[in-house]
Amino acid sequence: MNIDKRLVRKDSLEKLFDILKRNSKTIYAPFTKNGKSTFRDTESFGAISTGYIQTTESAKDIAFPRTEKLLDFSKSKEGMSVKGTDLNDIPDVILWGVRPCDASGIGELSSIFNWDYKDEIYINRLSKVTVFGFSCSKSDEYCFCTSVGGNPGNTAGSDILFTLLGEEGDYLAEIITEKGLAVVDLAQNLFEKTDISGKEKFLAELPVKFSHEDIRLKLDKFFESKEWIEQSLRCLGCGACAYVCPTCACFDIQDEAHGKKGSRVRCWDSCGFSHFTVHTSGYNPRNVQSARWRQRIMHKFSYMPERLSVYGCTGCGRCSRACPVDMNILEHLISIQEVTV
Amino acid sequence: MVDLIKRAKELLESSAVKVVIGYEQGTGNKTRALFVEKTEDADKLIFDSRCIQNLAAYVTKKEVKEKGKMAIAATLPVMRSIIQLASEFQVNDNNLLVLGITPESNLIEFANLVEVETFVHQYQIEIDARNKEMLDKLAKMTSAERWKFWVDELAPCFKCYACRAACPMCYCSRCTVDFNQPQWIPVPSTELGNLEWHIMRAMHLTGRCIDCDACYNACPLSIPINLLTKRMLVDAKEHFGNYQPSLKGDNLMSTYKPDDKENFIQ
Amino acid sequence: MMDNLYMPYLMRIERITYEAPGVKTFMLKFVNEADQDKFSYKAGQFGEYSVYGVGESTFCIASSPTRKGYIECTFRQTGKVTNALSGCEEGSIIGFRGPYGNVFPLDKWKGKNLLFIAGGIALPPMRCVIWNALDMRDNFKDVTIIYGARTVKDLVYKEELKDWELRKDVKLITTVDPGGESPDWKGEIGFVPTIVEKAAPSSKDTIAIVCGPPVMIKYTFPVLAKLGFADENIYTTLENRMKCGFGKCGRCNVGNVYVCKDGPVFTLAQLKELPDEY
Repeated sequence: MNIDKRLVRKDSLEKLFDILKRNSKTIYAPFTKNGKSTFRDTESFGAISTGYIQTTESAKDIAFPRTEKLLDFSKSKEGMSVKGTDLNDIPDVILWGVRPCDASGIGELSSIFNWDYKDEIYINRLSKVTVFGFSCSKSDEYCFCTSVGGNPGNTAGSDILFTLLGEEGDYLAEIITEKGLAVVDLAQNLFEKTDISGKEKFLAELPVKFSHEDIRLKLDKFFESKEWIEQSLRCLGCGACAYVCPTCACFDIQDEAHGKKGSRVRCWDSCGFSHFTVHTSGYNPRNVQSARWRQRIMHKFSYMPERLSVYGCTGCGRCSRACPVDMNILEHLISIQEVTV
Repeated sequence: MVDLIKRAKELLESSAVKVVIGYEQGTGNKTRALFVEKTEDADKLIFDSRCIQNLAAYVTKKEVKEKGKMAIAATLPVMRSIIQLASEFQVNDNNLLVLGITPESNLIEFANLVEVETFVHQYQIEIDARNKEMLDKLAKMTSAERWKFWVDELAPCFKCYACRAACPMCYCSRCTVDFNQPQWIPVPSTELGNLEWHIMRAMHLTGRCIDCDACYNACPLSIPINLLTKRMLVDAKEHFGNYQPSLKGDNLMSTYKPDDKENFIQ
Repeated sequence: MMDNLYMPYLMRIERITYEAPGVKTFMLKFVNEADQDKFSYKAGQFGEYSVYGVGESTFCIASSPTRKGYIECTFRQTGKVTNALSGCEEGSIIGFRGPYGNVFPLDKWKGKNLLFIAGGIALPPMRCVIWNALDMRDNFKDVTIIYGARTVKDLVYKEELKDWELRKDVKLITTVDPGGESPDWKGEIGFVPTIVEKAAPSSKDTIAIVCGPPVMIKYTFPVLAKLGFADENIYTTLENRMKCGFGKCGRCNVGNVYVCKDGPVFTLAQLKELPDEY
């Protein structure tokens, strides 16, 4: 559909929030605790964090929760009963306040969960989500969306994209999808007709720092490079980068049982953990951190583009901000581009 | 840190050590670990108040250890960790040289770990005022309130194990959470499972944790998990005596004394 | 409505065969007959077997698709799930989802000699394709099976080994590692690669299928090369750790390949294209 442009006044956002609540929508919005922000079920407009360049956690939890029940089982005299997750229980959700790099990450995550086998739990969760993207008017030294095909006003993945129009606080709302339109229909008077065009001047300026295409080509012959060892010497092998990443989708499957009842769940996992690839025999094909760090970069910038036609990185910079030992993905990608093989 | 750079170069040039572990300027306003193997790279070494990562976490890292003898720029918490690690046979004078950085930011070199121990013992491990206040506040809560506090605080934990990775004392090649026979700690992030993980970790660190706050500083969600280890520090002191890491290996929680008041071991 | 990808079939353990110390074979039948009717698989594929409350474990389907009405799996007790499976009795209900992965291209092999080389607990993935081939025996020329284990006790499928030994259309060579023989052992004594070299099967018009522990595979490939086998004619199956089985969980990703989707069956030529992370 054509993108419809509307004006949303500064004080209309709160009214929109209230209307959506009255329409029984669950609203996930940025919430800050201990100085770190994540998307949470939010009851009041005032509780929503503002002014963030990027939330600490990505919004992937909404369709790919850190712990997701796959099925329930119970044993009784009559035998075993197994029941799949009830997809009717999934609520309609407005995902409020995601940055364009997060919104576009949904597409990359979806490419994994739709690859050949369709993951109905993920697909159903996502189908209930309406994404309110908020363009970026600021960036920091960790941001690099423009180097991986995105931009601070990218509409990809958002159902409505809000762009702050300068200091007055009004927003340009781009209605991108039918889902977005359905929201507008609930609050017609808040979305005023407008002839404003050219949101670019209100967006953060972010120069391109490397070419993801070049990185992909470079990686074809980079597997044996010593660069991986040098870059990863300070990496301690935690999962912070993977868990804050909007596109990391590795998971584990575990049973949680209490007595005769229990659930099978999937939960986030990370290729950075030392035990991730250990075979049943005890053999570990990636037994050093440099091999695991290489896998992280290769997977995002070589394997995913080749197999799924998408890059596994949106340039949000979260992994770099979250890393306790300053493994900065932007810095390392630039050095991969610069090093001669 | 001109002294440190100079000393690092000497040590590398004379092949006294193969690698010097210190800090360098990181990205943004961060500092980070630097592994100097070539003398020319020693000029990147820095030291200032931002250098709070506990570098002792690297002396048990396979890839670092394999380089050969290490020298480490060590602040007081790092020195304490090293003494504790030495008492657990993870490092010794043959594989580690300590380039101490005093609380006044002066370089001090030690001939051996015994000297490091002597230096470290001049200082008591003191919990800072802000955290002390928080501990008191928690102690005054009812158990129900305290339970709620911890459930709320630990709910965001997604089990990335940055706390474990950053902790010098968490060097086990296979952590309790990686064992599944039996599955002591659930793998997924769940309300109860998160509590179990962090309480178990605090237990394992009691009498070993030197209160460096590396776990808290590493947590991407800034969960105050260090309050758990601090509580254990206070309790252990009350019940088992003052804690100082010691080369004698007489760890608070794993050393039996005939006059121990518990009788379960007798 | 799509199917829940993670929902296993309920399977009843019809029969348990004790194969070797710690190794058992389960014959499994579908609890719901409708599941049986829509289920089909091919030699080389694998599944996720589960004990409810404990978890899932990955192994191949060890029975031939030519034998209808049941599937079999053979496993060694090594971890949490296989321990729990081992504790199951005949009549117990377990979970199974699959089949996943690619297959041994039996159709492509028609008219050729087949050389099966297996070590230890790696006979099960091969047993499936061996029986499949033997059930359409006329399609192939010579069939040779070289199978070795650490000790006589560790040989699995002892009854079937007897069958194969008696068959005139199969050449079976069994071997045990030096020191692993029993007083009445009549087979070879020596490591599998050595025995392959000694047997020196012709590489002409021959497909070699090799399954075994990494060290056996590592030393068998050069022997086959010496015998003149082209990399394209050597097949193996990979043992990478897996969780989902269908290309989502990321665990078995090696290079641009997902072992669960693109494998587990690979030719040596394909393996040589991959980074050494399998």
